[in-house]
Amino acid sequence: MNDAIKKEMVGRGTREGAALFRDWFQDLTEKANNGETAAYVFVMGSIAEILRTFDLPMVFPEIHSLQTAVRHVADDYLNEAEDYGYSPDICGYVKADFAMQMQNGKHPMGRIPKPGVAVLTNACNTYLKWAEIWERIYDVPMVSIDVPATREAGTRTWPGDEQFEREKKYVKVQLLELIEICENLTGKKFDIDRLREVLGHVNTMSSGWKRVLELNQSRPSLFNALTDGTVYLGMSNVFRGTPEGAEFFTRLVEEMEYMSANGIGTLTDEKYRLSFIGVPCYPIFRRFNEMFTEWGGSFVMSSYLWFASGGSNLGFQYNLDDPLDSLAEGVLVSVRDAMDSMFHPELTVLNNSEEYNIDGVVYHPIKSCRTTSAGMADNRRALMENSDLPSLFIESDMMDSRVVTEAQMKNRIDAFFEGLASRKAKATIGA
Amino acid sequence: MALSAGVDVGSTQTKAVIINEGLEIVGRSLIDTGANVVQAAEKAYLNALNNSGRREEEVAYVIGTGYGRYKVTFGDTQVTEISCHGRGAVHMFPKTRTVLDMGGQDTKAISVSETGEIVDFCMNDKCAAGTGRFLGAASMALDIPLDKLGATALESEKPVKISTTCTVFAESEVLSWLGKGKKIQDILLGVHKSISSRSISLLRRVGLDDEITFTGGVAKNIGMVEVLNKNLGSKMNVSDDSHFMGALGAALFAMDHIKTSRIPAGGEA
Repeated sequence: MNDAIKKEMVGRGTREGAALFRDWFQDLTEKANNGETAAYVFVMGSIAEILRTFDLPMVFPEIHSLQTAVRHVADDYLNEAEDYGYSPDICGYVKADFAMQMQNGKHPMGRIPKPGVAVLTNACNTYLKWAEIWERIYDVPMVSIDVPATREAGTRTWPGDEQFEREKKYVKVQLLELIEICENLTGKKFDIDRLREVLGHVNTMSSGWKRVLELNQSRPSLFNALTDGTVYLGMSNVFRGTPEGAEFFTRLVEEMEYMSANGIGTLTDEKYRLSFIGVPCYPIFRRFNEMFTEWGGSFVMSSYLWFASGGSNLGFQYNLDDPLDSLAEGVLVSVRDAMDSMFHPELTVLNNSEEYNIDGVVYHPIKSCRTTSAGMADNRRALMENSDLPSLFIESDMMDSRVVTEAQMKNRIDAFFEGLASRKAKATIGA
Repeated sequence: MALSAGVDVGSTQTKAVIINEGLEIVGRSLIDTGANVVQAAEKAYLNALNNSGRREEEVAYVIGTGYGRYKVTFGDTQVTEISCHGRGAVHMFPKTRTVLDMGGQDTKAISVSETGEIVDFCMNDKCAAGTGRFLGAASMALDIPLDKLGATALESEKPVKISTTCTVFAESEVLSWLGKGKKIQDILLGVHKSISSRSISLLRRVGLDDEITFTGGVAKNIGMVEVLNKNLGSKMNVSDDSHFMGALGAALFAMDHIKTSRIPAGGEA
């Protein structure tokens, strides 16, 4: 193996992702300083395809909020929002964003422009209430795209089915309304060829994202779905529909294929392959992961990478000959899948546990996001009834360090690995 | 014949157990943990050795467990108290499938396999409601020594309902019942029933399988045992060494290590 090539290839995605992210924040800071506004969107169905067509800059409040936790300043924002009257029990992302708005967009990575429009889907029940805050503060339009969800897990309808076609039409009408609003906001006429171009970039990105996730079936695992995966996830949201995003994922597939071909893993001694369910513990992001890697545990899959990418993990390919109709179909299929990944992650884990050689599943419910966490205990029970996969249930938070207790978490994590070790030892003796 | 030791450094008390190759307890000790955790671990270990009448050189392997397990600086390795209580309980009562461990600041429900492996566990999170500390608060408020709480509670004829689940607020609720003229016995039984209800809810989360073994310091409280048995509708196993169960489990894991290390590579010893 050529060492120079190895050095250049391995970790390229996280390096390039971090650099592009810094550029993005820099760009947002310049826009904020120039008094420009941005479209505020969410990770579970950003409808970036249309917004890019109008060259609207995008802000992902979930991402700038979580960055305050990663950079250990979230508590300042949360306290300010709570001083204002927000309850300790509601979404930490909302509170950090609200406090940031009160501080005129001040953020540890720069400055965030004010919203000019908010676009959301119904994938998270908090999105609507959150966007109403901006609507109240800034008197900006709020566009809510209602995406019909799966009626019952595992029984989805597909193109050609009467119900699916009806629902697609329902989504398409809403997208046409969004186009009209964007025309009024920007003064630009909708350009279908520009949309076609954007969709082409999304196609490249989505097929790359799907391939990257599949490549982590390699042993040892090529990337840690909790840490590296979160960087890739950020890229899949922020750079959706851009040439940079498309190129990033093309190069990431190249990196992963290189690592796979050369047997290079994210850990030098991978002992346990784990699946993560939920949202990461951002206040101690690195340390949380270390408590697993210290035991040789690597997260090879994560439900976060499915639902928080708005379902783009499916690799849906838009039909560029019929862009608007295909966009409606893609939004319906992908956002629906994001919701299913959030509410029924065990189905994907069970369907893929053999291909990914999963040794255990880690459930991480968080205090300030009931949408992702409320059903986890039942979900875990379903997993245990349908498989003999060991699982761990640890609670903390995505933002609020006041409810993150490392010593107690470590105790549970250590006990989980002791069980895995004992199980593995018995399997070896029995083999 | 080698000996092994387990040292369980808990939030309130530190326990140490020495066992022989026949897996019998030959020495034990229990002391308050206090502020100096390293010193408490050493002292408990030396007291247990003293109690066994054996020499330190005879102990071939030491495992630390409990929240302070990394402070057992003289130990060879660490194992969580979750695994240790499971192992200890199955050793004492081989048909154990569920363990309820009630300690100073946490209560754990542990589901175990027939070989003592942990199948699942669940514990109180970020709050000491339903733990020994809850009893401690009641003991302080009512000025009754901890070791008399259970017997006093069992004298109750008409228990009050303690509705708070917070250990800190429990004290004010206890005082408010006193203010209403309720008998100490009735208040105490209410406290025990409140803890029992929270513990059973934890047990249900891991699955309530026969047999249940009650471990930890609170298992010495006869009132708690009786209230739990009544609410469960079955009789839990309770050993005289219930509060040593974590240390015993650690000593058993240590003995496994001693015996396994004697097996030459590729064959039986």
